Amino acid sequence: MTTRNGLNLAASHDSLAARAVAITFAALIGVVVLGGVGFSHVSAMHNATHDVRHANAFPCH
Amino acid sequence: MSLFRTILFVAALAGIGTGLVGAGLHLLTTVPLILKAETFEQAEAAAPAHDHANATAQAAGAQESAAHEHDSEAWAPADGFERNGLTLLFTVLTGFGFALLLVSASEIAGGLQNWHQGVIWGLAGFAVFTLAPGLGLPPELPAMPAGDLAARQLWWVGTAAATAGGLALLAFGRSPLLAVAGVALIVAPQLIGAPQPDSYETAIPEALHHRFVVASVAVSFVFWALLGGLAGWLRPRLAAPAA
Repeated sequence: MTTRNGLNLAASHDSLAARAVAITFAALIGVVVLGGVGFSHVSAMHNATHDVRHANAFPCH
Repeated sequence: MSLFRTILFVAALAGIGTGLVGAGLHLLTTVPLILKAETFEQAEAAAPAHDHANATAQAAGAQESAAHEHDSEAWAPADGFERNGLTLLFTVLTGFGFALLLVSASEIAGGLQNWHQGVIWGLAGFAVFTLAPGLGLPPELPAMPAGDLAARQLWWVGTAAATAGGLALLAFGRSPLLAVAGVALIVAPQLIGAPQPDSYETAIPEALHHRFVVASVAVSFVFWALLGGLAGWLRPRLAAPAA
């Protein structure tokens, strides 16, 4: 089970579907974390992340 | 180790390491420029009629005036340790979030094999999340004019997504036609254009803004090269027990 559809599965014994689910969930956590830090409209959240948003060029106020 | 746990651990360690270095660089470079810009912002708020002669005299009382759209009722960190501590915390979280996206995307292509490959993915992240959105929406200081916030956020996310898709087609597409589609996808959001403000008038000196743009983009470059390199170095080590 080293290749299927050209994808390298050598590092894992998971099925293709299990890999897809794991990758999707991990990416979703990333989106939620970045959404909170960079995009939340809650005022307290904006104030806490203010300098990080400006410094990293997230759109800010 | 399951793939999900591998991605999570690699992203957490790479994100923490990169976030600590990135926060240190920001606190030394971009944050002092943000604080300097806020002195212009407060002077401007104190003198809404552009009476620059009175601006400095009134600056002391500017804390009371509603500086841009900050809600004066909402909680805000105290300047100094609290504010910079939060910058450290949220830069680490930013590193974790971007690392999750980078490691997830690289797993679709089979997973990072070494630090060198990781750096290449990091450069792609720099292009997707800094260069492409930054062309239309350059890093900006407090008190600078800007278009509608929600519209800018939508353009930022759309541009990053289109650029990521375009780079994927260029790197992994098997025909020249897909490469052409990739180029089109990368250029399209720039042709559409980012939401712009009604007026570009600002109290911020252009030289200050230019220094900020250079500092922000340069720190971002280091951030992404380190994030990718660390993820690429960690991934084979953490995934090894499953093999």
